[in-house]
Amino acid sequence: MTDATSTLPTQLPPARRRAIPPDVAAARVRRRYASERTFKALGIGALALTALFLVMLLTSIIVKSLPAFSEHRAVMSVLVDAAVVDPDGKRNADTLRSADYASLTRAAITTVIPGIEGRSARKALTGLLSSGAADDLRALVIADPSIIGTTIKTPMLFSDDVDLYLKGDTGRYTTAAGVAELTPSDVKGDITLTAADQSFAALIAELEREGISADAEAGAHVLDGRIPSRVVYVNGGAVKVVKATANTLTGPVLLPLSSVSPAKTGSWNLTTYAQPESRRRISDQEIVFIDKIKSAGAIERGFNWRFFTSGDSREPELAGIRGALIGTALTLFVTLILCLPIGVLAAIYLEEFAPKNWLTDIIEVNINNLAAVPSIVFGLLGLAVFLNYFNLPRSAPLVGGLVLALLVLPTIIISARAAIKAVPPSIREAAIGLGASQQQAVFHHVLPLAMPGIMTGTIIGMAHALGETAPLLMIGMVAFIVDVPTNISDAATVLPVQIYLWSDLPEAAFQQRTAAAIVVLLGFLFAMNGAAIWLRNKFERRW
Amino acid sequence: MTVVYFTALALLTLSAYVLASRRSVALSSTGVRLHSLPAYHGLLAISLVIVPMLLIWAVGTPLVSQFAASNALTNFPAETRNDALQAGSALREIKNLAAGQRSGDVSDTLRAAADTYSAWRTTGDYLLLSIGLAAALLGIAASLRLVSGPFRARNHFESVVRVILLACAGVAVLTTIGIVASVLTETIRFFFDPNIKGRPGVFDFLFGTEWNPQQAMRADQGDIKSAYGFVPLLTGTLLITAIAMCVAGPLGLLSAIYLAEYASPRMRRYAKPVLEILAGVPTVVLGFFAALTVAPYIRGWGEALGLDVASESALAAGLVMGMMIIPFISSLSDDVMNAVPQSLRDGAYALGATKSEAIKQVVLPAALPGIVSAFMLAMSRAIGETMIVVMAAGLAANLTLNPLDAVTTITVQIKTILVGDQEFDSAKTLAAFALGFVLFFITLILNIIALRIVRKYREQYD
Repeated sequence: MTDATSTLPTQLPPARRRAIPPDVAAARVRRRYASERTFKALGIGALALTALFLVMLLTSIIVKSLPAFSEHRAVMSVLVDAAVVDPDGKRNADTLRSADYASLTRAAITTVIPGIEGRSARKALTGLLSSGAADDLRALVIADPSIIGTTIKTPMLFSDDVDLYLKGDTGRYTTAAGVAELTPSDVKGDITLTAADQSFAALIAELEREGISADAEAGAHVLDGRIPSRVVYVNGGAVKVVKATANTLTGPVLLPLSSVSPAKTGSWNLTTYAQPESRRRISDQEIVFIDKIKSAGAIERGFNWRFFTSGDSREPELAGIRGALIGTALTLFVTLILCLPIGVLAAIYLEEFAPKNWLTDIIEVNINNLAAVPSIVFGLLGLAVFLNYFNLPRSAPLVGGLVLALLVLPTIIISARAAIKAVPPSIREAAIGLGASQQQAVFHHVLPLAMPGIMTGTIIGMAHALGETAPLLMIGMVAFIVDVPTNISDAATVLPVQIYLWSDLPEAAFQQRTAAAIVVLLGFLFAMNGAAIWLRNKFERRW
Repeated sequence: MTVVYFTALALLTLSAYVLASRRSVALSSTGVRLHSLPAYHGLLAISLVIVPMLLIWAVGTPLVSQFAASNALTNFPAETRNDALQAGSALREIKNLAAGQRSGDVSDTLRAAADTYSAWRTTGDYLLLSIGLAAALLGIAASLRLVSGPFRARNHFESVVRVILLACAGVAVLTTIGIVASVLTETIRFFFDPNIKGRPGVFDFLFGTEWNPQQAMRADQGDIKSAYGFVPLLTGTLLITAIAMCVAGPLGLLSAIYLAEYASPRMRRYAKPVLEILAGVPTVVLGFFAALTVAPYIRGWGEALGLDVASESALAAGLVMGMMIIPFISSLSDDVMNAVPQSLRDGAYALGATKSEAIKQVVLPAALPGIVSAFMLAMSRAIGETMIVVMAAGLAANLTLNPLDAVTTITVQIKTILVGDQEFDSAKTLAAFALGFVLFFITLILNIIALRIVRKYREQYD
């Protein structure tokens, strides 16, 4: 103490003394406290903004995904025609499998809206159903051939565009009740609807606002696919408006009218679909058909189990994640059986046995650097070494698992080392003191105590592997694969890659499915991380 | 054959254990005192079976297939054999035919070659199996002979275990060697192999301002103009990284300061999981969010302000990448600030500093090296990130610093070139490996510097 004080200068320099007026001092203190508060608020703000990002991310994805978890089906009576399904009556499995079920589903939907004439209208009607409807019917018949020849009532899947329309994706429409008595010229074909003069002045004015002026040649305002489309519902039928004058509307019949008798004021209506026909994937004709089926009460909405039970497909309504889930499971299985033993043994070596020399140093520096190498570089390694040098199969979970194992190995080694280090030396010393060899002490006493920590690290590493995409793109796991893989050398894809593939597709239905697949992926990740936290809380010991 | 081999391996392993440990038990029941427990005699016997059998399999299988392939190729004329490309495709066809995966017309030469291949394979596989079995039986015999009272089975087994442990630790080193070897050899070929058409010089690559890799699809398209200028990719990558750091730097650091210095334990308990969840969100999910939610928003705002925004702007990708690295920066900086000794803070308080003054003037300067290294690690992560930029940034290699334009990055180009069918010997494919090498190199330098700073700094306060 004396030494310390003796080094101080015996004479302090004269202090700068300047009287600070009390009000200035108070202002200064206030300023300092204000800046203190600002600084603290900045910190809270940064945290809040981060949380807001997370909330925005999760809500936007969950909201996008919700429609994909349900699907619309038409509940219809189908005649399982023996002449189509099983013409020779032998119930031969091959005959049953190769029969033309699509013709049966087409026939079924035409019975719901009878009287449709014209090729394009019939095509529009039968096109409402998904191609999967026929496959479902096939599965029903093969499961129970006794239904052949009978009429069964079964739900049939709609196509993705119809499904989206029913989920309200096509946008708003407005309905205006008729303001005058309306006389149709015919019940089908191209017809003219006539009313008292100036009845449609409001419509004409609306069209003018939308940039349509009177066409001199036609003597009317001509509507095209670039403006909101108009449909007149009259006498139980529907007419699309193509030409409009002050007292007539002309256009093709979309749904046959029941009669040509004049419709009273208020008994008909003019519906405007805000989204122009050219900007949606579903035509006015189809909308009219769907609304008709809906008013017949033949539409049901159910949970989309198919999303979890089928593989990938080009048709959004048929596409599912089962193939990707199985591919993920196989890939992670390979990863786990490789990186858990190697990671733990490497950690044991480095923590317990490694001599302090240059080799150990190199290994340690290596592991730390490897943990920060971009994942796509591991993909390059997989491509060059596993695919091109060892000729392992492309797109296979085997190679994917190998690459991911190398990727997460550093994570597992680092966390396993931390877990082993946390076991107090007294445990080892006690074991060695009782005559155990060093390896016996480690494998019989230290390792079991470190196991919960190792498991936590492993689960977190596997969660990391589960979300990884880029290296798997490099080794060809991006192929379009319909079949569900059955072993580790089959071509397969994994959930994150499936998400990437779907997100690239233009159909709105695929975007929803992408979001739904993300929800499933995040569900797995949260479950794994939750398990890790639970494990840590339950088994963590403070020595 | 592999199945048979490994079934034999499993059976022999089991019998080796049972035989050796039984024998030692029998020995000890006659009154001989054993140095090692019976289990160790069994385990040593196991290692004497597994190690030679695995070695024989690992060395022998590639040899057999190499030998069978070269013998099969003798059915083809010499010019096919000497041309690496033709020989390769012939070999693929032979293997497919031998595996029964080829349908359609097959030429006589090919069928004969496939028969030769199968014949040699079968012979080789049987040979391998018999050598493996012989070695295993020898191993068992040796281990049974070795069982005796004074024999130190445990010590021998433990030295085997030690070698296994070292081998496992060596996997990390092997991985690095594998990465460097695979990426570096292709890069050297890209620059210096005279057989590669359209390869650029090193100088053109490093300083060229045009990136336009093309691949001749047919022989008569040989003179397609390719450009391999690296500069637009580097500026694109750095632009997106800079945007990301502008977002994540302040947000990550400020939240770390709040968590480390101000937050109550309760607050930490709620705030930490938020950051952990954000850190755990896969990048493909963030890419989807960037491409489908953030990019249209930015475009909408840009149009409202009368700006011309590309639909795949650097800004959208950069913002979301910033979100990705916030937790990274904040958790690393949090750790660093927690490591600053409390005495430094107490000193500042004693001199009358407010909390924020103590943080700004004492804690942050003390933690600065650690924070700098956290930023460097975050940058290296942003540079190497792939999925966000693949989904939200563009493919066009524009040389621009305007964040509203579409730019491309190193990782996007690697992915674009290598996904789908490629010819392994074209300049385009090799260019991807050259980019991979540059990426590995840049991130490695950043990591090494950052880790060195951290280590030095940690020693200072320990």
